[in-house]
Amino acid sequence: MEKAVFIIFAIVAVGSALNLIAQRNPLYSALSLIGTLASLSALYVTLHAQFIAAMQIIVYAGAIMVLFVFVIMLLNTPEDHPEIEKQQWLRYLAIPFAAVLIGEALYVFREIRNITLPAQGEAEHAIGTTWSIGTNLFTQYLLPFEATSVLILMAIIGAIVLARREES
Amino acid sequence: MTGLLLEWLIKIAVVFAILLTAVAYLSYMERRVAGWIQIRVGPNRVGPLGLLQPLADGLKFIFKEDIVPLKANKLLYIVAPAAAIIPALMTFIVIPYGSEVVLFGKQIALHVTRINVALLYVLGLTSLSVYGIVLAGWSSNNKYSLMGGLRASAQLISYELALGMAIIGVLVLTGSLDLVNIVEAQRGYWFGFLPKWNIFLQPVAFVIFFLAALAETNRVPFDLPEAEAELVAGYFTEYSSMKFAMFFMSEYLNLITSCSLATTLFFGGWTGPGVNSYPWLSIVYFVIKVFLLIFLFMWIRFTFPRFRYDQLMRLGWKFLLPTAIANVVVTSTVLLLVN
Repeated sequence: MEKAVFIIFAIVAVGSALNLIAQRNPLYSALSLIGTLASLSALYVTLHAQFIAAMQIIVYAGAIMVLFVFVIMLLNTPEDHPEIEKQQWLRYLAIPFAAVLIGEALYVFREIRNITLPAQGEAEHAIGTTWSIGTNLFTQYLLPFEATSVLILMAIIGAIVLARREES
Repeated sequence: MTGLLLEWLIKIAVVFAILLTAVAYLSYMERRVAGWIQIRVGPNRVGPLGLLQPLADGLKFIFKEDIVPLKANKLLYIVAPAAAIIPALMTFIVIPYGSEVVLFGKQIALHVTRINVALLYVLGLTSLSVYGIVLAGWSSNNKYSLMGGLRASAQLISYELALGMAIIGVLVLTGSLDLVNIVEAQRGYWFGFLPKWNIFLQPVAFVIFFLAALAETNRVPFDLPEAEAELVAGYFTEYSSMKFAMFFMSEYLNLITSCSLATTLFFGGWTGPGVNSYPWLSIVYFVIKVFLLIFLFMWIRFTFPRFRYDQLMRLGWKFLLPTAIANVVVTSTVLLLVN
């Protein structure tokens, strides 16, 4: 049962990710990204990480991607940006980034053998529940958590400064 | 395993059928309530008291011509109504609509499923329901539709924050995201007569939740996305036939879900006197509470004028959100001091 769910959502995730790159229309790309994020969220559920799954939907698919779609709709015409085609050097920048990504993936594949998933019965105290994530976030990882929130606060202030109109 | 699967399938089918019937009759109820408030009659010709009106409307929707505008983006134009109605239908499954009853010698809990992040699940699906509206607005290739779609997405994103923050107040009281636990925590009475409903502990959260829910379901006074005086009909201007009906249905489904969620979070869900000895009563209590809330929504619709768009945004960001955050801080502090 769990395997069937994994296969279905893995295919959807990879398929939408490929579609995301292959599409010329940015709106279709954004919608494919939503498909990838949603199916990843389903995969998190099979790993007993319900909280992460819900957050994936609320934050990424529900909030950030809405803004993406919003902006794409306002720009409207995808063919009007020939200057992107001119910047050929951007393509070569992709090679080191791809290398880093593949390296990361290989590292994860190597390390994954050492990880054992908790059994179904222990799900209440497993890694992914709201309770355990909250506890860890506010005890063991308090400093990184606070640092991230300061970072986000800085980004918000920056956005306000940029968007603010001068009083005339 | 097969027994459990069968139980789930039956529950899903029953809830699905009841929800869709309720949606049809909400459209009837809304028109009758409108008539009553505006001192006129409302639909009363089709069947006794006009009770067959939803059936006639359904048939009419099916037989209307289904038009796709020539310049529309065909794929997204067809996908959009589905994207609107699917999250609306999925949300209800985590809401407990009754306690446990014995049916055919089997103990059956009256909720389709229970997950330990039920509240987050509801919030997630609510945030996904934006896409149906946004895609409909964009793919119609009509400026009124686009304006409606953009307004809707801005409004939904803004009020979602206040909605989530209001829910956190209830969350810290109960200490659980599971709606079944939240209802269980509201059983019993204070001083022997006052039901232990969260609304008595979290009145501010309820008001914020209620206003945000009005905005999330696109209802007056926050129905800017479909303000007919400025935008024809907003994001579904170009839609006809069953596609239009699907937007209509998803709106009523969201109304039912919002009211059920408000009942569950603030009014003790299915709890009430006599539930322990007669478990079937719990469904009656739940339906009555939801029905009264829906009536309140309709009452507001035919009483208040529409907001202006900047007023709507100001209310959401400058009033509801700070109040909700203050409510979370106060609730947490008090709870910490009491314990």
